[in-house]
Amino acid sequence: MESEKHTMDVGYVAKLAAIELTDQEKELFQSQLDQVLSYVEQLNEVNLGEVEVRNESAASHDQLRSDDEGISLSHEVIMANAPSASSGCVRVPKIIDQ
Amino acid sequence: MNDLKSMTIGALKAALQEGEASAQEVVEQLLTVVEEDGGRVGAFLSLDKDSVREQASVCDELRGAGNDNKLLGIPISIKDLINVKGDPCTCSSHILEGYVAPYDATVISKLREAGAILFGRVNMDEFAMGSSTENAALGVTSNPWKLDHVPGGSSGGSAAAVSADHTIASLGSDTGGSIRQPAAFCGCVGLKPTYGRVSRYGLTAFASSLDQIGPITKNVWDAALLLEVISGEDERDATSLREPVPSYTKALEQTTSLEGVTLGLPREYFVEGMDPEVEEAVRNAVEQCRALGAEIVDVSLPHAKYAISVYYIIATAEASANLARFDGIRYGMRVDGADPAALYAKTRASGLGDEVKRRIILGTYVLSSGYYDAYYKKAQRVQQCIRNDFESVFKECDALIAPVTPTPAYRKGEKTDDPLKMYLDDILTTSVNLAGNCALSLPCGFSSDGLPIGLQLIGNHLDEENILSIAHLYEQHTDWHKRKPEFLS
Repeated sequence: MESEKHTMDVGYVAKLAAIELTDQEKELFQSQLDQVLSYVEQLNEVNLGEVEVRNESAASHDQLRSDDEGISLSHEVIMANAPSASSGCVRVPKIIDQ
Repeated sequence: MNDLKSMTIGALKAALQEGEASAQEVVEQLLTVVEEDGGRVGAFLSLDKDSVREQASVCDELRGAGNDNKLLGIPISIKDLINVKGDPCTCSSHILEGYVAPYDATVISKLREAGAILFGRVNMDEFAMGSSTENAALGVTSNPWKLDHVPGGSSGGSAAAVSADHTIASLGSDTGGSIRQPAAFCGCVGLKPTYGRVSRYGLTAFASSLDQIGPITKNVWDAALLLEVISGEDERDATSLREPVPSYTKALEQTTSLEGVTLGLPREYFVEGMDPEVEEAVRNAVEQCRALGAEIVDVSLPHAKYAISVYYIIATAEASANLARFDGIRYGMRVDGADPAALYAKTRASGLGDEVKRRIILGTYVLSSGYYDAYYKKAQRVQQCIRNDFESVFKECDALIAPVTPTPAYRKGEKTDDPLKMYLDDILTTSVNLAGNCALSLPCGFSSDGLPIGLQLIGNHLDEENILSIAHLYEQHTDWHKRKPEFLS
């Protein structure tokens, strides 16, 4: 965004984001997101000079909670939401080729 | 029997305390109107009648035994992205259909402790991404003032339910205006607390550095009471602030004049293309505040015009990371694939809607190697400029007074094909999230075709007492908040 205009390859970025897109979606999102990206080019106008980001929240959150054991959700409760399960485990597709 | 469903929390509390009504009567009236609605307003995604009736009966028993908790017997509806143990929490997305929340969000535990009745799950833009509730995958919600208009978003169901008297009050969430804008469109009061005032534990994360839960109510006093109940430090949210929670309702009752109050009028908030009726209503409200004793000063927030660009970089970047958890493995929808990568991509392809996909893609891009500095880092630095602007104006005034939106609610479908146009709707609300301040929206007039107009009061960090007090005094001298949508009569 410094000087030249960047173009996003929607198909490639969607792969990075683990979203399968149809050709139609690719075309539509490409034109919509190009518009958004060209709008945000306006940030190049801002004279940022010496502006540095202050981490304002850090100071007020320097205290950690005590490291006590608590009650976690039960195995049963968690498994009740699993889309596919077997023998008390979440089923997933094979990862390692046999 | 009294008309209980149209009461404010304050009025209903009094009726319950005096024994003029029971919690069971209240929920029966509400259940009846929601059922009769038949989807015209369509604020609810789910409403478990048995659970509501059971909660009401427990509340009546407790009251009989002398209990008078702050919200005992008051029905509150919950935006469908806040976890309530045992209830669905779909975020209005297909990807979470069938998911049952295994735990209570902290705000829900607090509502339960205060005796509230959890009254159903209300609609929203999918994962809170949108400004009209048209990005909702699981339901259509209309603006009760004009049913062919949008209720605003993303907390559109929360605002529509309150405005239509389908609930007494509700909780929403605000990442870039998602409480204030629908409150303005539906003629309600909506409050976005200071970042960290309310715990986010149990709120489905969209942009964690900006998200805050807050109330949508029928008047300012109700918003103050709800905020009082849900605020406070929480060890489960490291960003929650440990500052003690004041009695916001007490603060309201003590304010009788605006003498000594300086209100800043940010010139950048009267944007080009603003609806003249909105501008007129807001300027009239400013004059009314002046008549109540406030000093009005012109102020400038020079970086306000960059808020949308900064917001759509920072919020989407955070969303791309936060929404990575919706992958079809542990909960929610799954579409099978030959390997895990194919399963993720197919599940997300069919489970997520267009706007969510667009934002995840944009967020992934601005964080990707080679673009991080040009987009994300730059946006963070401009965000700092926006914060600095607010810091400097709050040295000269106590609160800012401004419009919430450039126009009143618009017709459904008007902006759905043009995401950028929809994004620009948030131009007057996103800065506050980027700076972490508090702000509220309250009714200040109506357009000539009968649509509500909202007034925004923006406060300094943790200055909720101040903006609530100003809003309350203004409300006492106007009757905009008392009007009801025509279809209710």
